Amino acid sequence: MATATDTPRPKGTNRVGLVIQDYKGLDSTLCAGCGHDAITSQLIKAMFEYGVQPHRVIKLSGIGCSSKTPAYFLRRSHGFNAVHGRMPAVATGAILANRRLMPIGVSGDGDTASIGMGQFIHMLRRNIPIVYIMENNGVYGLTKGQFSATADLGTKLKTGVANDLPPIDVCILAIELGCGYVARSFAGDPKQLVALLQGALAHKGTALLDVISPCVTFNNHDGSTKSYKYAKETEELLHEVGFVPFFEPIEADYEAGTAKVVELHDGSRIILKKVDRDYDPSSKAMALRALREFNQKTEFLTGLLYVDPKKPDFTELLQLHDEPLATLPAESLRPSREALDEIMETLR
Amino acid sequence: MRKTANNEQTAVHEATERRGPRDVIVNDFSIQVATVNGSGSQSANMVLMRSIFQMGVPVSGKNLFPSNIAGLPTWFTIRANQNGYIARKGEIDFAVALNPQTAREDLDSVESGGALLAEASLGLAGQRDDISCYEVPFAKLAADVVAEVKLRKLVANMVYVGVLAHLLSIDVPEVEEAIRKQFRNKSRAAEINVKAMRAGLEYAREHLVKTDPYRLKRMEHARGMIVIDGNSAAALGAMFGGCTVVTWYPITPSTSLVEQIIEYMKQYRIDPKSGKATFAIAQAEDELAAIGMAVGAGWAGARAMTSTSGPGISLMSEFVGLSYFAEVPAVIWDIQRVGPSTGMPTRTGQGDILSCYFLSHGDTKHILLIPATVHECFRFAQEAFNLAEKFQTTVFCMSDLDLGMNNWMSEPFDYPGDIPIARGKVLSAEELDKRGGFSRYLDTDGDGIPYRTLPGNPHPAAAYFTRGSGHNEHAGYSERPDDFVRLVDRLARKIESAREFVPAPVVDRNPSAGIGIIAYGTTHHAIAECRDQLRREQGIETSYLRLRALPLHEAVIEFINSHERVYLVEQNRDGQMRGILAMEHPDLAGRLRPVLHYDGIPIDARSITRAIITQEQE
Repeated sequence: MATATDTPRPKGTNRVGLVIQDYKGLDSTLCAGCGHDAITSQLIKAMFEYGVQPHRVIKLSGIGCSSKTPAYFLRRSHGFNAVHGRMPAVATGAILANRRLMPIGVSGDGDTASIGMGQFIHMLRRNIPIVYIMENNGVYGLTKGQFSATADLGTKLKTGVANDLPPIDVCILAIELGCGYVARSFAGDPKQLVALLQGALAHKGTALLDVISPCVTFNNHDGSTKSYKYAKETEELLHEVGFVPFFEPIEADYEAGTAKVVELHDGSRIILKKVDRDYDPSSKAMALRALREFNQKTEFLTGLLYVDPKKPDFTELLQLHDEPLATLPAESLRPSREALDEIMETLR
Repeated sequence: MRKTANNEQTAVHEATERRGPRDVIVNDFSIQVATVNGSGSQSANMVLMRSIFQMGVPVSGKNLFPSNIAGLPTWFTIRANQNGYIARKGEIDFAVALNPQTAREDLDSVESGGALLAEASLGLAGQRDDISCYEVPFAKLAADVVAEVKLRKLVANMVYVGVLAHLLSIDVPEVEEAIRKQFRNKSRAAEINVKAMRAGLEYAREHLVKTDPYRLKRMEHARGMIVIDGNSAAALGAMFGGCTVVTWYPITPSTSLVEQIIEYMKQYRIDPKSGKATFAIAQAEDELAAIGMAVGAGWAGARAMTSTSGPGISLMSEFVGLSYFAEVPAVIWDIQRVGPSTGMPTRTGQGDILSCYFLSHGDTKHILLIPATVHECFRFAQEAFNLAEKFQTTVFCMSDLDLGMNNWMSEPFDYPGDIPIARGKVLSAEELDKRGGFSRYLDTDGDGIPYRTLPGNPHPAAAYFTRGSGHNEHAGYSERPDDFVRLVDRLARKIESAREFVPAPVVDRNPSAGIGIIAYGTTHHAIAECRDQLRREQGIETSYLRLRALPLHEAVIEFINSHERVYLVEQNRDGQMRGILAMEHPDLAGRLRPVLHYDGIPIDARSITRAIITQEQE
């Protein structure tokens, strides 16, 4: 494998010899300025820098504006635009069929927190290996601007109608359900987002990213708590997030107490540099306390909220064959003639 | 009947008189056992059925049970028949009444001239003078066998098996073997149950005088045969058919299908080298997830299936439409029960034919395989995967509760050497190289079936985008009217072409018959008997076609065309298959006459015969 130090590689190529263009997809058809497009760009960057093999990735989504985005990246990966709220089931089936695949799921707040809530929490509970990005704008875009279940209490639609139901915080849910990688970020913070995405790619098991992704058409006005302006004003960084892939050394030195290094499954590291508070991302209690504190104020906290890199994923629990089940040869799939005779004997 | 009860003896005597002494009925009667569910009755019933089977007599057993865990009435009907008729017999020849809740009903249910064996404390003796009545203090006998109150209740049922062994001349060693088989891994339970059975046997020898006509006599018929339920047979078929992913949500009556797959797979599908599984089984959070996982797995190259029943089918509707439209293989076993809604979850029917054929919104149509026997459950389970992968779509296997959960005699299953594990049109990286790429939805072979690639294929041209929205031949998003029409027309052509590849109908054409009968699934078992009744009792000759799949095979059309009238016998209210035939072949609709049965109890021959005679006389 090529590393940063030994083999010189052609300019513009990554460790697997691909250029950034190879990670792109079709042109976006979303509204100009949509937060989702910003996330797509960071995802392309993250995968290029990390040197993901496109053919190992499967891109999955449900239904909605966010769910259109898998068409806009990784043209060389298989994609599956499933039914509304049911992408986790498709991802689960796909990973059972071929455990070597790397699912990237893109969903929205409607697709995840309303119609897809059942599948979402069971995906977390099973710890399906997937990078699950919830592009969170608090509204249904494709149906023109109804509140979603993540809309904050009191936030207003363009028409002035206020939301009178409390929001569902998917990060709190994920932490409660034992998800091993829970992060919140903002489409307007590319640096943090790309590091969190790379960390997610290096994680084994479900990695959840709840990314505030303003809807410029239906939810970017004054009175909305999911607008670019509101997010910028109320975002607080838990820490500064850096990512060092497994194939690169850590170059900087950190003074004691100023940074935490979390080693992920494949040897990559997430570096969390202290901003204001001492934060331990391996503590569920601390994460839940911090989230509740910020939810109370209708402000939002971003960073790697919780991480447990060691939790076994679903394919390990099932003790699946190392080879993908999908491509096992027929002779390992059909038991012998003697096996059938033996079974018949017990039925006589 | 107890020797001491004079009046009862007289009554029985009269009944015997009427019948005449020559009327000994050998190997041709039904037994219905009324017990309380959760009381261990199922074991006793299985032992009784198995004992008869071991004597070589054709036998069938059907469990008529409530949707409940313990405490409600349950009945088990056994039919022994030398001619091999194994459909449910409508008439009850010999009733066993152990349940106070239903005692009166059970007494009334016995055919005149039949017999009743009852718990003595129920006081049923002497209430009918047209049947033989035997009373046995089951509870007391059980108490003598075992002191523990909990066990006493469980073994009380085995006591009746002993009594019947005496009354019906069942070979006692066969009964003992059946008990040991039933309690294979529990030797203490086996011993207690043998004791209980013997207590019944001894009591009967000492106290009962046989006055009923029913006897069992050893035959050669069932030699070498097996007994298995349809769900287990389907589970075996799935395993030998190379199934790799099973996703499911528990629902009666399909649950045991997956539970059996789990049992078999754990034993026979662990790679001996690595100790790892060559299968994945996931219990989903609901049926939406179960089918979603199966579709995801099929898309990624697994031979994936799920198993469910009516309510689950309703929930799977949206994903099945996606599977059809995006062309992703999946197999669904529908073990039909009685709907609508929760309906009667532990009762049988054929009410999902129409909904499965067209499941999901928009223009959809699916391939349905309809097994009638456990052997077909085994075979179709394998063929379903091949068809799903060949046609890249959902294939349904339409079993039902009667087939799935009841035990059936069968010839042992042959090794499926004639059914390959065929993976359909999947292009490898090398093949893509040769072809210089591919278009996912382009019909290059003219058979309506495009090529696909699996995720993970490293060829740079392998990837494509799967979606449930409109798309063109190159898997690109499209709302163009011409793209859409081309796509759905090709899909229609593709499913249409499956008629040549699905199991063909089984036709028994009688050249002298003016009328035909069409049936499918478990209805089949009553038809053979019904045809004999029509011939024997009315001189009516019939031809018979058994449908085994949709879309309809050409032979069905020919069959209908060559008969004046065709009776289509189904276990649903509205004649669903008749509706499909009439819709697809309106010119034939006039020849089709419905015979319908939908009370949740497996269909019997007599009611079909009666319905046909009535219509023939009109």
